[in-house]
Amino acid sequence: MAQLDSPEALESFRQEILSKRDPERPCISICAGAGCVASGATEVIEAFKAEIEKQGLAAKVDTKGTGCPGFCERGPVVVIYPEEICYLQVAPEDVPEIVSETIKENRVVERLLFEDPVTGERAVHESDISFYKAQERTVLCNNIKIDSRSIDDYLALGGYSALTKALGEMTDLEVLEEVKKSNLRGRGGAGFPAGRKWEGSRNAPEPIKYVIVNADEGDPGAFMDRALLEGNPHSILEGLILGGYAVAAHEGYFYVRQEYPLAVENIHLAIKQAEAYGLLGENILGSGFDFKAIVHQGAGAFVCGESTALMTSLEGKAGEPRPKYVRSNVKGLWNRPSVLNNVETWANVPHIINRGADWFTKIGTESSKGTKIFSLVGKITNTGLVEVPMGMTLRDIIYKIGGGIPNGKKFKAVQTGGPSGGCIPEDQLDLQVGFDELTRAGSMMGSGGMIVLDEDTCMVDVARYFIHFLTDESCGKCVPCREGLRQMDRILTNITEGRGKEGDIELLEELSETAVEASLCALGKSAPNPFLSTLRYFRDEYEAHIKEKRCPALSCKELIAYYIDPEKCMACGICFKKCPAGAIDGEKKKIHIIDQDKCTNCGTCFEVCPAKFGAVTKISGEPVPAPVPEEKRMIMKKSPSKESQKGK
Amino acid sequence: MDMDKIDQIIDKHHCEASSLLQILLDIQTENNWLPREALGRISERLEVPLTRIQHIVTFYKAFSLVPKGRHKIHVCVGTACHVRGASRILDTVEAATGIKPGETDLDMKFSLETVNCLGCCALGPVVDIDGKVHGKMSPVKTSEVLKLYE
Repeated sequence: MAQLDSPEALESFRQEILSKRDPERPCISICAGAGCVASGATEVIEAFKAEIEKQGLAAKVDTKGTGCPGFCERGPVVVIYPEEICYLQVAPEDVPEIVSETIKENRVVERLLFEDPVTGERAVHESDISFYKAQERTVLCNNIKIDSRSIDDYLALGGYSALTKALGEMTDLEVLEEVKKSNLRGRGGAGFPAGRKWEGSRNAPEPIKYVIVNADEGDPGAFMDRALLEGNPHSILEGLILGGYAVAAHEGYFYVRQEYPLAVENIHLAIKQAEAYGLLGENILGSGFDFKAIVHQGAGAFVCGESTALMTSLEGKAGEPRPKYVRSNVKGLWNRPSVLNNVETWANVPHIINRGADWFTKIGTESSKGTKIFSLVGKITNTGLVEVPMGMTLRDIIYKIGGGIPNGKKFKAVQTGGPSGGCIPEDQLDLQVGFDELTRAGSMMGSGGMIVLDEDTCMVDVARYFIHFLTDESCGKCVPCREGLRQMDRILTNITEGRGKEGDIELLEELSETAVEASLCALGKSAPNPFLSTLRYFRDEYEAHIKEKRCPALSCKELIAYYIDPEKCMACGICFKKCPAGAIDGEKKKIHIIDQDKCTNCGTCFEVCPAKFGAVTKISGEPVPAPVPEEKRMIMKKSPSKESQKGK
Repeated sequence: MDMDKIDQIIDKHHCEASSLLQILLDIQTENNWLPREALGRISERLEVPLTRIQHIVTFYKAFSLVPKGRHKIHVCVGTACHVRGASRILDTVEAATGIKPGETDLDMKFSLETVNCLGCCALGPVVDIDGKVHGKMSPVKTSEVLKLYE
């Protein structure tokens, strides 16, 4: 098609797209995000296409694979428009019924609806589901409505209208002022005000400047950037172009994690489409503003999420950070002013330009404005991506949206901020989420990972896990991080493996202090956080590991033993057959026992023992009871009461 | 690896030293590992010292300097999977295949790697084999899944 050469041309093109679309025409949206694909969404999409064809509806119904709407727990998620009927955990076998009932007869398939675990009521629409009800979705809301490979879908929902507004009605300075006024803070970690960062670049003397999207989402357990990159790439691109306009940069980069191949593909495609429409390139929409966007892939290095390391990596070198005496917004990529913001930050920009800074500042707390996407994972009933206004309490996020802890377990802590963050215990659950609030509690916002931990999680092991992760990912340039973390990892590993000794905690504290004070970049400076915050709230667990060689959560493999309670064992033979180490001795009607010398603590027996028996238990900090003498091992009668007498 | 193919990839990136990382990634994707000849060729054409290329390929996790097995196992050890027992899954895979993360077995059947998050946290712990994600894994299920691969 011809390039759009003015804001008016774009608007009339949008009207043209809309006029061709019948809002009443049924559309089946199936989430094609990573979580749903892993639960079989690809097969569901194929099944819908085949069934629509088979029932002769191809001309009347649209089917599309979309971005992630966040409710990964119940994937594959299917939403049928225009009624917005939401079906969960859809399997290919359900497809013929959905097509003949819902599409043809307009009847709802009850069994595939969300059932509220408390009231038992079924929710027909997406917005009625408790998981979504308490959320406020501005950045994520379009994911399920858009075929991520279609720019027309994005345009139909008002996409690029912020760009037409900015280029048609606002000066570059006005765009900058609007973002400054919105007090949008960086969603990637530190929460630096985006407007101030942009202004610094704009005012830097060097004429060539860059804007960069940090899409090197490396926090384990966080996947909100992935959902946006894969699901709604144009929203990020639009934000980036606006940023370029505001700081007078004519080149933008996407630095995308190599582990996200679909994200790389979709961003490439989005750029091509935008170029074809004249939304990228020279003289965009006749405004005289030129801008091009380039995609670079990371190669698997966590430290490249750090601004200076990312820029070094963009230059084609090993991604090592450098000291920031001069900030990268003044001297960054190729030593030129470079604005680096996270995916979610950029995706917020079009909304701010469209609806104004005043709308944005109405949402959130005094110092943290707008909404934030969290990836709610771990020991939580509703795993998924949630977008909430800043200032919501952790309790509301975990219980109202997340549905609490599964399997009747007790909540222990929530870990926020990724590897550099910290753990927040139960008595602080009424804390409001915000950049400064979380920092005060000894954790941080980070990119928005929220990992819920229950009573079965060992806090020392959580600290060890993160320190080990960071030791692995340290680039090795500065000593406090390279050597300090290595020693911390060693000491923590010793503690979790029963070799902890008096003085370890103090030594860890000393190493932490040095790493915080003397490391070169944020990776090292914040690395001790997981240790410091778990020590602050769970010191007793550290002491139990060191002094009693006991893991209170019964989680550290080297500190626990598996034991079959002879009074509960029904000699069913399941654990005996499944034990990969051949450590269980038993036969029909003979109480099973574990040979502790052979046992590898893999936990298979614990996992397979039928819940009605619950005979396998974990023991920590005390000796394993001696096995039942050979002569008492035969179970004579099947009745549990007799059996228990026999055991004695 | 075919030299023409390497040259094609270098040309695609306009033979620029700043595209070194992207060139290496393309070759890694194409060939599954980076043979010595390929690195030599890149060094020669981009006029980048081989030591710097070595620095890069050992710095980033995506690169491999040894050939990979027929099936690539990625055990997710991201935080969500970790708290749901990923280490026991990794132990099971190690015991079944006889290799540690980063290694390939002698039959070239399996290569084992750990990965920090696959973004399927709802299904944790997860194992990705040749791009197919196996979710809600247990040690027992892991052993059974591994038997499906030849």
